[in-house]
Amino acid sequence: MEQRIFNIGSSVEKAVMWLTEHFGPVFDVIKDNGNGLIEGFENLLLFFPFYVVIALLIAVAWYKGGKGVAFMTGAGLLFIYGMGFWTETMQTLALVLISTIVALIIAVPLGILSAKYRNLERWIRPMLDLMQTMPAFVYLIPAVLFFSIGKLPGAFATIIFAMPPAVRLTSLGIKEVSPEVVEAAKSFGATPMQVLLKVELPLAKNSLLAGVNQTIMMSLSMVVIAGMIAAGGLGEKVLEGINNLDIGLGFESGLSVVILAIILDRITQSFGATKKK
Amino acid sequence: MPESNIKIEVKDLNLIFGKNKKEALSLLANGETKSKILQKTGATVGVNNASLEIYEGEIFVIMGLSGSGKSSLLRCLNLLNNPTSGDIIFHGRSISKMNQNELREVRRTGMSMVFQKFGLLPHRTVADNIAFGLELQGVNKEERLDKAHKSIENVGLQGFENKLPSELSGGMQQRVGLARALANDPEILLMDEAFSALDPLIKAEMQNELLDLQEKLKKTIVFITHDLDEAIKLGDRIAIMKDGIIEQVGIAEEILTSPATPYVKAFVEKVDRKSVISAETLMFKNMEVAHIKKDGPQSIMRKMRQKGLSSLPVVNEKQEFIGFIRLRNVLKVTKDSSLNLSDFVETNVASVYSHFTVEEMLPLIADTHFSLAVVAEDSGKLLGIVTQTSLIIEATKYNSEEIELLQEEAQEI
Ligand SMILES: Nc1ncnc2c1ncn2[C@@H]1O[C@H](COP(=O)(O)OP(=O)(O)OP(=O)(O)O)[C@@H](O)[C@H]1O
Ligand SMILES: [Mg+2]
Repeated sequence: MEQRIFNIGSSVEKAVMWLTEHFGPVFDVIKDNGNGLIEGFENLLLFFPFYVVIALLIAVAWYKGGKGVAFMTGAGLLFIYGMGFWTETMQTLALVLISTIVALIIAVPLGILSAKYRNLERWIRPMLDLMQTMPAFVYLIPAVLFFSIGKLPGAFATIIFAMPPAVRLTSLGIKEVSPEVVEAAKSFGATPMQVLLKVELPLAKNSLLAGVNQTIMMSLSMVVIAGMIAAGGLGEKVLEGINNLDIGLGFESGLSVVILAIILDRITQSFGATKKK
Repeated sequence: MPESNIKIEVKDLNLIFGKNKKEALSLLANGETKSKILQKTGATVGVNNASLEIYEGEIFVIMGLSGSGKSSLLRCLNLLNNPTSGDIIFHGRSISKMNQNELREVRRTGMSMVFQKFGLLPHRTVADNIAFGLELQGVNKEERLDKAHKSIENVGLQGFENKLPSELSGGMQQRVGLARALANDPEILLMDEAFSALDPLIKAEMQNELLDLQEKLKKTIVFITHDLDEAIKLGDRIAIMKDGIIEQVGIAEEILTSPATPYVKAFVEKVDRKSVISAETLMFKNMEVAHIKKDGPQSIMRKMRQKGLSSLPVVNEKQEFIGFIRLRNVLKVTKDSSLNLSDFVETNVASVYSHFTVEEMLPLIADTHFSLAVVAEDSGKLLGIVTQTSLIIEATKYNSEEIELLQEEAQEI
């Protein structure tokens, strides 16, 4: 390494260490509960026979997206099952869904606040930029330091990585709501909460759904990477393929990720489209 | 209009946008202009020391060019804009001193607003849009749809209840806007260029409907427009604004006939006065009159000769107008004492009330040589006369010399 003039890395390291030292018990609690939640969800998906889960997903796809999406969902999942990756796919799906939900729980309020308070937005924006452009692997390091390896640190890294687009799109959606409509609501005596619930969020719906979609997609890509820290699922299979130079395994597990991605993408997109009439 | 029923009172209102409000305010108090203040402080003057009284049941129009501060002023009334200084008194209370709850109450039941670009909720049906104000008040669904329905009938939107705003034309959307405002049954309607986004024909139609509705509902309406014709058509009284200052307040005719400032004068010059200027303004009150009982032919003739008139209006002993008499007929009577003066009074002539406009009077001079007699609506007494020349002056903008010139030329031809 070349001569350095200052050392940011070491301060970040110190900060992370300080956190692990002082908040160790907190992290443990999070870890235990979080792991329980993720595994519970996994077990739920795996408790039912594969055809029940597939039928359920087809039903959702049909209801929201119509025949085409339903057919693709069914065919794709059967294909995955046929390749023998059902268990891994369900593990990945569980991790993706949990991460997405947590990411949204944090991101949507943050997006709303940053749309309303310019000062807050000024702080949040560069942080989002940083979070989005930082190579995804880097998140694995603090994740492991806080929570060691496993599913929860995988989810932790995923949540951080997948959150930014949801914050941005929520904020954008709310800012794009016509000021005249908001003003109209106020002029009729709406409380700030009524403005949010009855005007801003419904009108920002498409943008919000785009945010959900993006978050799911980013979660999926991160969950695969999280295979490196023993988060299980398809990611671990991909990794195994790489480590053993097993091109067949690598291709099949990679293909499963792609199929899952397409299915999730189409289903979430159809949520936005159907309501438009 | 009874002045005692003041619905809303604006007192020394100033509104300044931007930073340096204090500095701008003190400059304003020293009489600096809007552009100077913008230069010096970077603050924009929205409203400059406005005072107004808006009476119950009137349509009060605020008009002025773009940027003159009409919206700024209107939005102060329900505190969408927070006045920098001054007061707005509604029901004896200062609106700017109310807390959030009280303010919401005023917005929910006191004043409703209609917006230029409608401001409808695109994801809700017409009925749900109209019931929106009631929904905010927590009125239950059944009751609010019931009330919304009345409002729907008022503006003629039956059959459109379940459509989305995007499926309606602009005129229809604004009906929804109006119905939404009326559904709350507010005391005051605030309408900010409510018809400006509509096609001319639809606009005229909406104006008429608003007038019809007002006839029925008798709300207090504050209506903003940059269209003087609209202001004249709708306004019981009109305020003209420029650079945040209220230049003049008055009924249309006052503003047209005695503009308070050069700006107002320039502003109203372009307007079509025919529909505004009334007999009241044009008539001569101190005209010579022939009293059919009291005056003999000699004295009538003297009156005519003195003034160089060829005819006189005739009244009976109760001062009621009965017709005109011509000089040549008076002459006949003076020469032949067997003739009776009252037989020569021409009674089949047009008379008008004082509120008749030039537009309404012009057709009446087509087949008469006399002036128009202005009579009182209740008693039939003669109030004055409107000469044909003054009507033509009003209608054509030629002055009397020009008219004489034209007449001479015409005779030569
Ligand atoms: N939110 C705001 N911030 C800063 N300046 C404003 C704001 N709103 C209005 N102004 C300024 O205040 C002045 C009055 O504007 P206002 O909108 O009241 O005019 P208006 O008469 O309603 O014009 P229009 O016919 O275009 O609606 C203008 O100079 C305008 O630029
Ligand atoms: Mg305006």
